[in-house]
Amino acid sequence: MTDTSSNMASKPASRPVGLPGLIDDWSSDQRAFKGVGWRKSMMWIFLLSDTFIFSIFLLSYMTARMSTKVGWPNASEVFSLHIGNTNFPLLLIAIMTFVLISSSGTMVLAVNYGYRKDRKLTALMLIVTAVLGATFVGMQVFEWSKLISEGVRPWGNPMGAPQFGGIFFMITGFHGTHVSIGVIFLLVMAHKVWRGDYDIQSRGFFTSRKGEYECVEVMGLYWHFVDLVWVFIFAFFYLW
Amino acid sequence: MVDIESKAHQTVPPAEVDEVELYHATSFWTKYVFSQDAKIIAIQYSCVAIGIGLVALVLSSLIRLQLGFPDMFDFITAETYYQFVTMHGMIMVVYLLTALFLGGFGNYLIPLMVGARDMVFPYVNMLSFWIYFLAVIVLVASFFVPGGPTGAGWTLYPPQAILSGTPGGTGLGIILMLLSLALFIVGFTMGGLNYVITVLQGRTRGMTMMRLPLTIWGIFTATVLALLAFPALLVATIMMLFDRLLGTSFFMPSLVEFGEQLSYGGGSPILFQHLFWFFGHPEVYIVALPAFGIVSDLISTHARKNIFGYRMMVWAIVGIGALSFIVWAHHMYVSGMHPYFGFFFATTTLIIAVPTALKVYNWVLTLWNGNIHLTTPMLFSLGFLVTFLNGGLTGLFLGNVIVDIPLSDTMFVVAHFHMVMGVAPIMVIMGAIYHWYPKMTGRMLDEQMGKIHFWVTFVGSYLIFFPMHYVGLVGVPRRYPELGDSAFIPESVATLNSFISVAAFVVGFAQVLFIYNLISSLRNGQLAGHNPWRATTLEWQTPQTPPGHGNFDELPLVYRWPYDYSVPGAPEDFLAQNDPGQGPVK
Repeated sequence: MTDTSSNMASKPASRPVGLPGLIDDWSSDQRAFKGVGWRKSMMWIFLLSDTFIFSIFLLSYMTARMSTKVGWPNASEVFSLHIGNTNFPLLLIAIMTFVLISSSGTMVLAVNYGYRKDRKLTALMLIVTAVLGATFVGMQVFEWSKLISEGVRPWGNPMGAPQFGGIFFMITGFHGTHVSIGVIFLLVMAHKVWRGDYDIQSRGFFTSRKGEYECVEVMGLYWHFVDLVWVFIFAFFYLW
Repeated sequence: MVDIESKAHQTVPPAEVDEVELYHATSFWTKYVFSQDAKIIAIQYSCVAIGIGLVALVLSSLIRLQLGFPDMFDFITAETYYQFVTMHGMIMVVYLLTALFLGGFGNYLIPLMVGARDMVFPYVNMLSFWIYFLAVIVLVASFFVPGGPTGAGWTLYPPQAILSGTPGGTGLGIILMLLSLALFIVGFTMGGLNYVITVLQGRTRGMTMMRLPLTIWGIFTATVLALLAFPALLVATIMMLFDRLLGTSFFMPSLVEFGEQLSYGGGSPILFQHLFWFFGHPEVYIVALPAFGIVSDLISTHARKNIFGYRMMVWAIVGIGALSFIVWAHHMYVSGMHPYFGFFFATTTLIIAVPTALKVYNWVLTLWNGNIHLTTPMLFSLGFLVTFLNGGLTGLFLGNVIVDIPLSDTMFVVAHFHMVMGVAPIMVIMGAIYHWYPKMTGRMLDEQMGKIHFWVTFVGSYLIFFPMHYVGLVGVPRRYPELGDSAFIPESVATLNSFISVAAFVVGFAQVLFIYNLISSLRNGQLAGHNPWRATTLEWQTPQTPPGHGNFDELPLVYRWPYDYSVPGAPEDFLAQNDPGQGPVK
C-alpha cells in the first residue's frame, strides 16, 4: 500500500455512464459501487432488507383484510377528529404526515450543511429533524390513546374486524419504533456534530472508526426511508 | 485480446482508497472474548454452532430410539417425542447449518479470500455473534421451563403451535422459540450486512468479482438470500407472538378446543405457511449455496484441476438464488390452493433442476481426468456429490404436484430432505473443516481417523436414509411417535426401523471420533506449514499460519483466477492468485 497516494487520482475521471458503466464497475476490482463508502453501502443493503420487512407486514395486512369475514372499519370515520361540531376525517393523520415529510426536508438541509462543514447549522437542522420526528411520535401516542379509549384493542374493536386493531398497533408500532430509534440517533449525532467530532475525525465510542460528515448522509438515508415507509402505510392503511 | 492478457499479469489497478485503520485489541477480553477479529468470531460461531448441533444430534438419537424400539423407553412419551423432533429440526437448520456456514466459514474465509484485513465493520460483527449466542441461550432455556420446549414441529404451523394440545403451546416453550428466532435474525442481519459489503466493497487490488473463489460466491449469494428471506420469518414470529401473548387473530381461525369456544377468530393459518415458506425455501439454498461453493473449491484443489465452467458455476449460483424466491409454495401442495398456482410452483421448482444439474455436471467434469488425491476433504466432497444427486432426484418426485400429494407427510419426505439438506451440506462442512483446520490451527487433522470418520458417516447415512425412502413409499407417515396396528403397514417396516435406528446410533457415535480428532490434533497434529494442500486462494498465502491480526503484512495483489492448477511450466504445478508469474491468466 505504499504507492496509494501517488495513485489516488489516477483513476480516469471519464468512466463510462449508463449500462456500460454499471458493467464496468461490477467487473472491476476493489469496489462494485465506486466512490461509495462502506457506511453508505451497508445502510443501503440494510434498508433493502428492512423494505422486505415492511412489505411483508403490509402484504400480511392486505391478506388479513381481504380474508376476514367481518367488515373492515371505515378508516375515514375511525381516524377522524371531532372539533367543534364537525368531523374532520384523517385530520390528525394529515398533520402527522405533513410533519414527517417536513422532517425529511430539514434532514436534507442537515446533509447539505454537513458536506459544507457548517458545524452549527448541521447540528441545528439535525435537532429540528429530531424535534419533528418526536412530534410525530407524540401525535402517534395521542392517536393510540384515542383509539384505545374508544375500545380498540389488539384482539378486537367495536367497529368491525378484530384484525383491525392488531394490525394497526403492530404496523404503526413497528414504524413508530423506527422513528423513535431515528430520533435518538439524530440527537446523538447532533451532539457529535456540535462538539466538532466530524471535523477532527475523532473515533466513535463503540466502533473506534473515524467520524466524518458522510455519517450525516447515512443517517439521512435511514430517515428518508422511514418517511417513505410512512407514505405507504398512509396510503394502504388510512386511505384504502 | 492476447495483448490485453499479457499486460494483465504485470499490472493491477491502483488502490482507490486508503486503508482503514484496524481496531487493535489490547486485553485478553477484547482479544479473545469480545473480539472484533473476524477469525476469532468465526471460531466462536463455529464452536457454539457445533455445540448446539451436538445437542440436536443427541435429540435425533432419542427420536430413533422411539421409532426403532417403540414402547421400550418410559421417558419418551408422545409429547417428548414431538419436542425432540421440533428442536432437532430447528437447531439443525437454523442454529447449526446457517450459523456455521455463514457465521463460521463466512467470517473466516471472506476477509481472507477477498484479500481484506477484516470485515468492514468489526464491531457490528462482534455484536452479531453475541446476539446469536443469546439466541442459543434462549433456545436452550426452553428445555428447562415448565412444560418444556415447543413440540409444534420445526415449521411451527398455527393454530396448533399455540394451543394447549401441543407441548409448550400454552406454556413458555413456543414463546422462547419465537423470541430466539427473532434474536437470531437480528444477530444474523448484523453479520450478513458485513459479509455482503466486505465482498462488494472490501476486495483487494486485482480481485474482481469474476476472480472470487466459488466459496465466496456461494456464501455471498446465500447471505443476500438470507437478508431478503429472514424478514418473512421475523414478521411471522412477531405476528405469532402477538397471537400467543396478546390474543390477536392473525393466524388463528375460530376454534373449539375441548368443547370450549376460543376467543380467536377470522385469522388465516395459510398466511403463516406462506410467510414461513417464503423464508423456508430460500433457507434451503442459504444452506446449500455455501456448500456448493466450498465443494467446488475442494474438488478443484484436491483433483489438481481448474474448475470446469467457472462462469457458468457463478451464474448457476446466482440463478438458483433468484429462483429460490419463487418456488416456496411447493411446500404447501396439500394446504389447498388454486390449481394454476400448483402448476406455476411445480414448473419453477423443476426449472431449478437446470442450474443445479449444470453444477453437478461441472463438478463431475472437473474430476474428469483430474489428478484425484483421495484425501479426507476429497472423500467428503465425493460423498456430497453422490448424496446431493440422490436427494436431488427424489426432489423431482416431490416437486410434482400429482406425485407429491400421496408422498406428502410420509417418511419419504423425511428421507429426501435429510439427504439433500441434511447429509449433503454436513458432508461439505466436514470436508471443509478437514481442509481449513490446518489454516485455522497450524496443524493437520489426523488423516487415518478422518478416513474412518468419513466411511462410517457416509455408508451409515445411506443405511439410515435409503431404507427410509421405502418406509415412506409404503405409506408410513412422518411425525408419528409409534405406528400402532395399521393394516397397510407391513411387518417389515418395524424391522427396518430398528435397523435404521442402529445405523443412526453408529453414525452418531462416529462423530465422537471427529470431535476427538478436532481436539487432539490441536496438540498432536502434524505441523501443517502455510499451504499443505498447495492451494491457490489467498488464505493460503498469508505470512503467518494461523493468520495474524490483520491477515496480511501487505495486502496481496491479485493477478489471476483461483483455479490455476496443474499449470504447464509452472515451478510448482499451481499458481497462487497473487503470483504475478507468467502463465495463463483469467
